[in-house]
Parts: sequence; structure tokens; C-alpha cells
Amino acid sequence: MSGANDPYDPKQVAALSAEALDAAVHAATEAFAAAGDLEALAAVRPAHLGDRAPVLLARRELGALPPHARSDAGKRVNAARVAVTEAHAARLAVLEAERDARVLAEERVDVTLPWDRALHGARHPLTTLTDRISDVFVGMGYEIAEGPELEAEWLNFDALNTGPDHPARSLADTFFVAPEDSGLVLRTHTSPVQARTMLERRPPIYVVAPGRVYRTDELDATHTPVFHQVEGLAVDRGLTMAHLRGTLDHLARQLFGADALTRWRPHFFPFTEPSAEFDVWFPEHRDGPRWVEWGGCGMVNPRVLVACGIDPEEYTGFAFGMGIERALQFRSGVGDMRDIVEGDVRFTSAFGVEQ
Amino acid sequence: MKVPISWLSEHVDIPAGTTVEELDEAFVRLGFEVEEVLRAPVTTGPLVVSRVLGIEELTGFKKPIRFCQVDVGEDAPRGIVCGARNFAVDDLVVVALPGAVLPGGFAIAARTTYDHVSDGMICSVRELGIGEDHAGILVLGQDGFAPGTPAAGVLGLDDVVFDLEVTPDRGYAMSLRGIARDLAGALGVDWRDPAALTPPAWSGEPGWAVEVDDPARCDRFSMLAMEGLDPAAPSPWELRRRLAQCGIRSISLAVDVTNIVMLELGQPMHAFDRDTVTGPITVRRASAGERLTTLDGVDRALSTDDLLIADESGPIGLAGVMGGASTEIGASTTAVLLEAAHWEPAGIGRGVRRHKLPSEAAKRFERGTDPDVTVVALARAAALLAEHGGAHVVGAPVDLDVRRPRPAIALDAGRPGRIAGVAYPPSQVVEVLQAIGATVEGDGQQLQVTPPSWRGDLTDPADLVEEVVRYLGFDEIPSVLPTAPPGRGLTERQRRRRSIGRALADAGYVEAPSYPFVGEAQLDALGLPADDARRQLITLRNPLSEEAPAMRTTLLPGLLGTLARNLSRGQRDVAVFEHGAVFPGGPRTQAPVPGVDRRPDDEVLAALLGAVPEQPWHVGVVLAGNVEPRGWWGPGRPASWADAVQAARTVAAAAGVELTVRAGELAPWHPGRCAELLVGDGAEATVVGHAGELHPRVCAALDLPARTCAMELDVDALPAAPVAVGPHVSTFPPVLVDLALVVADAIPAADVEAALREGAGELLEVLRLFDVYTGAPVPAGSRSLAYALTLRAPDRTLTGEEANAARDAAIAVALERTGAVLRG
Repeated sequence: MSGANDPYDPKQVAALSAEALDAAVHAATEAFAAAGDLEALAAVRPAHLGDRAPVLLARRELGALPPHARSDAGKRVNAARVAVTEAHAARLAVLEAERDARVLAEERVDVTLPWDRALHGARHPLTTLTDRISDVFVGMGYEIAEGPELEAEWLNFDALNTGPDHPARSLADTFFVAPEDSGLVLRTHTSPVQARTMLERRPPIYVVAPGRVYRTDELDATHTPVFHQVEGLAVDRGLTMAHLRGTLDHLARQLFGADALTRWRPHFFPFTEPSAEFDVWFPEHRDGPRWVEWGGCGMVNPRVLVACGIDPEEYTGFAFGMGIERALQFRSGVGDMRDIVEGDVRFTSAFGVEQ
Repeated sequence: MKVPISWLSEHVDIPAGTTVEELDEAFVRLGFEVEEVLRAPVTTGPLVVSRVLGIEELTGFKKPIRFCQVDVGEDAPRGIVCGARNFAVDDLVVVALPGAVLPGGFAIAARTTYDHVSDGMICSVRELGIGEDHAGILVLGQDGFAPGTPAAGVLGLDDVVFDLEVTPDRGYAMSLRGIARDLAGALGVDWRDPAALTPPAWSGEPGWAVEVDDPARCDRFSMLAMEGLDPAAPSPWELRRRLAQCGIRSISLAVDVTNIVMLELGQPMHAFDRDTVTGPITVRRASAGERLTTLDGVDRALSTDDLLIADESGPIGLAGVMGGASTEIGASTTAVLLEAAHWEPAGIGRGVRRHKLPSEAAKRFERGTDPDVTVVALARAAALLAEHGGAHVVGAPVDLDVRRPRPAIALDAGRPGRIAGVAYPPSQVVEVLQAIGATVEGDGQQLQVTPPSWRGDLTDPADLVEEVVRYLGFDEIPSVLPTAPPGRGLTERQRRRRSIGRALADAGYVEAPSYPFVGEAQLDALGLPADDARRQLITLRNPLSEEAPAMRTTLLPGLLGTLARNLSRGQRDVAVFEHGAVFPGGPRTQAPVPGVDRRPDDEVLAALLGAVPEQPWHVGVVLAGNVEPRGWWGPGRPASWADAVQAARTVAAAAGVELTVRAGELAPWHPGRCAELLVGDGAEATVVGHAGELHPRVCAALDLPARTCAMELDVDALPAAPVAVGPHVSTFPPVLVDLALVVADAIPAADVEAALREGAGELLEVLRLFDVYTGAPVPAGSRSLAYALTLRAPDRTLTGEEANAARDAAIAVALERTGAVLRG
């Protein structure tokens, strides 16, 4: 080693010679390459890049050179240092990648293992289908009307042009509330909601009323004493049967596909005149495209309008009603009514939260 | 209503080549649902009408046997062995010749039996597949057909019978006459009205004395007396065949004739054995305590609302519903009184339901019959009885007719079109109304329409509108979507119900709506005390089951039943929910029954609506087994009281309201594991439900797994959700502080938490209980509650001093309120 003021020729400073620097770079590269893992690399690093490493020691010798010689030698030293640093970085990257690959491989899991730690809930298909139907009507501007299941006999029958001697009022169909003069029944249809709505507000009225209704049938594969209907009512100036058909066709398309439509058969209901039963053309039926009986409809009987305080000369109305169970049966291919009512979780779970 | 096409064709010119399918469609378009299309079962091979020429009685066998010589229309008679005895020489019978195959694959061949060659078979109606009678062979009578005539047509084997559903408004269609009229209109063909006959000009005194005491319920009563009836005269085959096709049993000539006229004209009739009628006949209401034995042999107590045919002996018939046994046509009846009347429909309906007697006659009277045809029906029946039974009319008919003229209905000819949405020309409207039999007057626009006598159902303009639209076809109505005014969407309440259902389903519960019927036994099983409000039930007069005659006051019986059913079907981990109305009992007012000719006034309406009990909407869950199943991750986690409470919190969160929880005690829950669920603060707090583990006795009584859990709350009692206020989100760093407090076991964690929150003040962002510890070194009777607090200021970085001050304040309030001490 030389002092700062020694008048040495740079070529005589061995550590700054190109040969010496090349040798240092070469030695470092060799050593890095020989390091088999990150620990080994770390172990050899001080010898080539530490404070006492040749390329760093060489740098200290630069001060001993005369100014004219410093520039050249400085460039050589720098290049050598960069080469060593890069060689180290490259080897480090290789070894880190090798380590990562090894560790991540060791951390591999079986992603097909099940993780169903939570119970799977579901909404009943009657509920989701009811919501779906309601939404179709809400989308058309209708409102959802409600009424009680335990209902005044007058609203369930009399107001709907079903007088005291009408066969539907006999014990054969209707659940009556005790005592005999209670004046209450379990509603046999959702139609009393029509009467409630018309008694409560003025036209224009556009409502649907989904809900639970009751008839004294024993439960079997095709009947249930407790079931669900959705009732529709529109009262406005100038409403016609054509509007009724348009409304039912629209609903049919929303529920049963773009090719669905309805067909009417004349029928009798005390609270509508004219009255019809309607079938829906269901292209996706599991037994092939076909007409399926769905519900009843008609123009609100002027007598019902009168009983509810609406002038039948000024307003006309249409009403319709259909069974939700029935729609569920053919839409989802449910063969046995008991599956719908018994609450077996295997049945309902198949429909999920948002059927 | 069963309609044989062969019979209908006698009145309607059904175009040749019209298929059964076309007829089916025509009936459906008219509003007659086709319930069934009936055809006789198939017979092949030779089946001929034959005459019995001789009968040789064979003896020496186990039963009497006949060997008959039968003219089957061939040169020589055939010999046929027959076991039946209900026929005589000269009778016409039906013979299946060898080569015929009867229904059921019954092949006929010549064979030797009872030592004779039997060259065919004489058939019974059951063997022919056209009836059930097998008591003897079918005897067609003694004339009308030549031997050798193919029997298929005679028997109606090639006929088609439509079974039509007739709606309650269309009484006229309960007859061949009514169906024929409508079908002719639908097919656009001619028809002949079987009622268009002129009764003979009978003369003399009326054949019997009759008085009508109740003209409001019987505005026309007609009666005809006949004598000289041959009691042995059989009903002709054709008449019997038609009755059989229409589902009516043949009884005797007199009864069969009244039934055939009923089917043809729609006028039910009754035949009395005149010689058993005592004195004048009166049509009157029954007196209290009167009884009548009807034709079906039932001795009936009569109501004072029952209308009777009575003579001096008392009741002899339940008017319009069923005749009495004492005047029944018998095997020796030679004189009859034929009755044809018009009864007020509603009264008949009441009688039918009171006596549970839906007879063929009552079905027609209840729907309304044609009062114009009573005497026509008598004439038609008299002619048939004269022709087939040798009877003759005695005296003049009784005809007590107090009908009032039918008022005309005013109809704007444009109205049908305005209702249908189809532009029917007024002339077309008039044509249709005339086609259904109405008389139409007016200027072509403002019409006065008098409906025909057989259409008692047509009283309002709307009824006429329906006839026009029906007649011209519902298929003509176009499809037009109306424009409703803008709506409000779902109400908050409707939205909330949906949210609750979704939230519970998302939380793992399966929705299971159950029947809302309960009985005392189910409430006993829940251990409800005698004074529990849920024992105040609304009961049904006619429940499906005596075990469950009332409406539910709680969702739990239904939910627990669903749980039990699922467990019994092999499920082990079950969590189900239901939401729906419950029906609390208690004092009620009687609902008024206003008229329907106008809107009830506000007071009556309020009384009416007020008489309908409140039916609050509840939600409930039950759960048993694991809520987290056993898996490769470890053991399962059994459902606990805490899951039930959490279900309530899930409901409250979905509803957007805060729920507080405190210890409660209510059946059917475990007294130490029952949470009371409240909304509101302090004195305003209201209990809205309960959650927790069921009482062990309840689980035992219902055979449910131990530690079954349940929750029920009243959704309608939840307040409206406030509009949420967006919080300020601080971006300054939080200070996290953990602390553990030792508190007495009796102190609810909720109280400790509330105290900490209050003490920590506004800097508290999050408070979370992360551990509950009992055991050394925590003294017995106490537990350690460990909380993690996140403290943060909205506007600055908290200093250590500020955080410590908040922490210390929280601990201080907890100590003061709950006696909690900081665990060292």
C-alpha cells in the first residue's frame, strides 16, 4: 500500500491494474456462482463486496494517483465494482427464485377440499315465486295490496256479489270462525283484498294482492287446505277485456318465456262479469309444450263496484287470480302438492335463496 | 251434465264429419268445460239383435239352465245355452255370435256345455260394457228391431258422451234443450227446440186439488193426473239406454219418463202414486217438529225453511229436492200424479245443503229452471206414458201460475264492445241477444232486452254483455297492455319482510311455512301456563282436525312440527324459519253485515274492519343438531341458545333496527337460557320476542333432541327503520387497547359493555368482547371478560395520555355500574 503523496506511477499500483481488477471480478463471479444457496451466497458476499473486498480496496488507492491518471483508473474501478454487484444481484435473484419456488411448492394445499362449514339456507319457492310475480306488476306501476287471512265474511262474500245462499258459502268450502255469529271466515280467496282496496281508495286502482287462502279440502297430491293465490285488480276509466288479456299475456311471458301467452274459456265467478278461466301456453313444460290451466279472470261485476262505492258508469275494472302452488307445480315440475307444504328441507333447499 | 251426441243430433244438425275434437273445442268456447269424453268399450265381431223363439228348461244341473232357440236373422235359429231367467219367448235380446270379442277380450265361440252346443251368447249389459247390471241378460223389449239387426247402434256402442261441467249460473244448460241451443249457435247450424210442442187441449175439472201457500218460493205449480198405467210395462230400451248414458239408473217406466223429460227439457218432475195421496195437495213451509221419510229411506227432521208438498196426511215430498217414500211409485201403481213446478232457486239451495241432498232435480232447480215449460213437460211425459204404459190423462192439468212479468234490461248497444275492447256493430249485438232467445226492442242503440224465460241468470246489463262476448268468442279480444299510473313500489313493510326472509336464508335457515292450525295439546306440550296470552285462541267451527281446531297464536308449534318431520326423515342438522301471521284471541266485536246496494257508511265500515282481529306478522326459527357440521377442519359446532339469539339479531339487522337483549323467562324456553328481545330505550323499551334454548321438558314432551333452540319475534312490533346517517370516517391512526375485567357471574355482559361504552366516550370506535374466562385465578362466582377497544379521534392522532384517559374512564364507569375490577 502506498501513501497519498507517494509519486508512484499508476501502473505501478498493482491493485489498480486492469488485470488485478479483472481477476477480482472473475473471482467474485466464480464465488457467487459457486454459492449453492442464499446462505452460501451471504457467506461469500463480504469477501467480494464487503469493506475489505478487492474492488473496494482498489477504490481507496485512487487518491494516490496523480490527477491525470485518476480518471482512467476510476472508470476501471467503478466498472469492476458494478460488475461484481450485478453478478451478486443476478445470483441472488436466481437463488431467491429457487427458494420461493421450493417454499411455495411446500405450501401447496388441496383446493378441492370442501369448506361447507355453514348450513345452506333457502327461501320457500312459494315465497320467491310470489315475489317474482309481484315484481312483474310493480314494474308496471302496480302496488302490492294486503289483507288479513282471517277476514270479515261480508268482505269475503257479500261485497263480492256472493249472497248468503251462494253454494260457496256452505260449510263444504269455507272455514268459519266460532261462534256462529262471529261474521268471520278464513278467506277463501284473495279477492276480499279487492273489496278492501276499493273501499279504501278511489280509482285509478292498479294493485296485486298475493297471499294465503283457505278451503276445507284434505291434503293430498293435488289439494291442500291452505294455499296461495295472487289477485290482481285494476279499476280505471275505459279498461276493457283487451287490457286484461294484455296484462295476463305480459305476466305469462315474464314467468314462462317469451313465447308464452294465455287462452280464455268462459266461466262463472260471482264477482266478475264476463268471467273466464285462463290457460297459459308453457313452452318449457317438462312433458312438452302445452296449455296449462292457471286461473280465473274477468271484468269486475258492476255490483261489486257499487257495493264498494265506485260508480260503474264512470269506471270499469278487471280482476284476475291464480294459484301460486299451481304455477310452482308446472313451472318447476313439482308432482306432489305434499312436497310443497310439508317443509322438508331437502325440497326447499333445491330452490336456493332467490329462485 | 252428460250429453250423448246421438241424442243431441236429434235436435241439432251437427254437420257430417264433425270430429269429437271439434265438438270438444266448441263446448269449451261456449264455457262448458269438458270433464270427460266417454265411449263404450270396444266390441268386435258379430253382435246382433235376436228374438227368443223357444226355451227348453234343462234340469239335473246344479243350477237351472235354459237352452234357447234364437232367431239371429239367419235362415235357421241357433241354439244358445243361457243361465239367466229374466226373459221369455218373443223377447228381443242381444246375441254375440261365435267370432265376437266382447270388452275385456272375452272371445265367443261355439262350444258344448250342459250337454248342448251353445252357438253364441245372450249378453248382459255388463258383458257388453255399457252398465253394471248383471242380474240378468239385456232384454230390449218385444218389438222395434228386426232379428239380425247389428246391435252396436241399438246399444249406443258407437256413441260418444260428453260430460260437461255446467257453471252455477247456467241452469238452462242442464238439459239437452239448452246444450242444443248453444251448440247450434256455436256451429252456426239449425236446431229444433224439444220444448216447442203444443200441449193437447185437455178438458174438464183439474185432475187434483192443489193449493200453493208460498207463492214467493213457488210461482208456478203444474200437475197432471193419469190413470190406466200398466204397472208391468217396462221402459223401452232406448229410454233406458239414454238414462244409462246420462248416468241415471232405470227404476220404472213412470220414474224413467220423468227423468228423461228432465234431461231433455231441463224441467225436473215428480211422479206420485195417486192412490197413496190423501186429499188435496198443499205447497207450504214445514211446521216445527215435522218429519218426512224421503225416497232414499232417510227419516228427516224438517226445518221451518223447508218447502213441502203435503197432503192431509202431512208431508209427502221435499219440494224440488226429493219425493217422499209414502207416495212412491210401486210395482202396483196404476194411477199417477205428475208434478212440474218452478221453485225459487235460493230456497232449494238451502234445502240441499241442510239435508245434504244434491239430487239431479235440486241441481237444476238450484240453478234455475224455465218456468215456461212446466205444462210442456207434463204433456211430454203424458205422451210417453200413454205410448209405453197405456196410461191416459184424467181431467185438466192443474196450473197455478202467479209469475210476474219479467222486467226488461236497458242496454246501450255499445256497452259490450266497450267492455270487451272490440268494436261490435250494434246490429251484431242485437243478433246475438236474439240468438240466445231474448226479445230486443229499441232504436238499435238504446236497447230494451227481455231475457228468455229459461235465463233467470240474466238480470243486469253486465250479464247481457257477457252473453254477447261469449257468443262472439273470447278469442276475438285483442291483447293490449294498459298504462298504470306511476306506483310507489314496495312499501317499507313489504320490503322488510323480504329482507328478513333473505337474511335468514343467507344465515343458513330454510324457510318452512306450516299450516296455521293448533290445538290445546300442542300448547300443553310447550308448557304454556293457563293464563298465557297465547292460550287465548280463535277457534274454527268446522276444523279439518279436532286436534287442531284453532288458529295459531305462536309460530312455534308449526316450526317444531316441521323440525320433527325433518328429523324423522333422517336429517340431523336442521335450521328452519317461518314468517307469517298469527291470530291472537281475546275479546272481539261482532262484524256487521251491511247491504251490498251501496258502499257501507263510514261508521258501519269502521265497525266491520274493526271486527277483524289484528293478525301480527311473526318470524320464528328453530334449530337442532350442528350449525357447523363436523368436517376435516374439526368437530361440528352444535346449535346453541346463542345461535337463536343471533337469528333475532339477524332479523333486526335486516329490518334496520337495533335490538337489545336481556335475560328473560318464558315458556317454552329454558328459564336460564332465555333471552328477552327488546327494541327502544329505557322506559320505552318493548319486548318484541324471545330466543334461546327450549325447556328440557318441552324437548322431552315433543320428542325433540335435547337443547333444541328457538326464536320468535313480532315483526310488526319493530319500529320503522330510521334513515341511516353516514358516519365521519377518520383517517387518523387508531389506538388499540385490550383490557380484562373480573365481574360477578350475575352481571350481564351487556351491562358491562354498556358501561364501557359510556365511559370510553366518543373516542371509542369499536368495542369487542374477545374472551370470557372462568377458573383460577379468577375467583369462583366471577368471570373475566376481556375486551378489545379501538380508540380513534376524528381530527387528530391520539396521544398516549388521551388514550389512557379514555381507557381509565371506561374502567371507572364499569366499576361503578357493575363492580367490575381490572384484572391485573
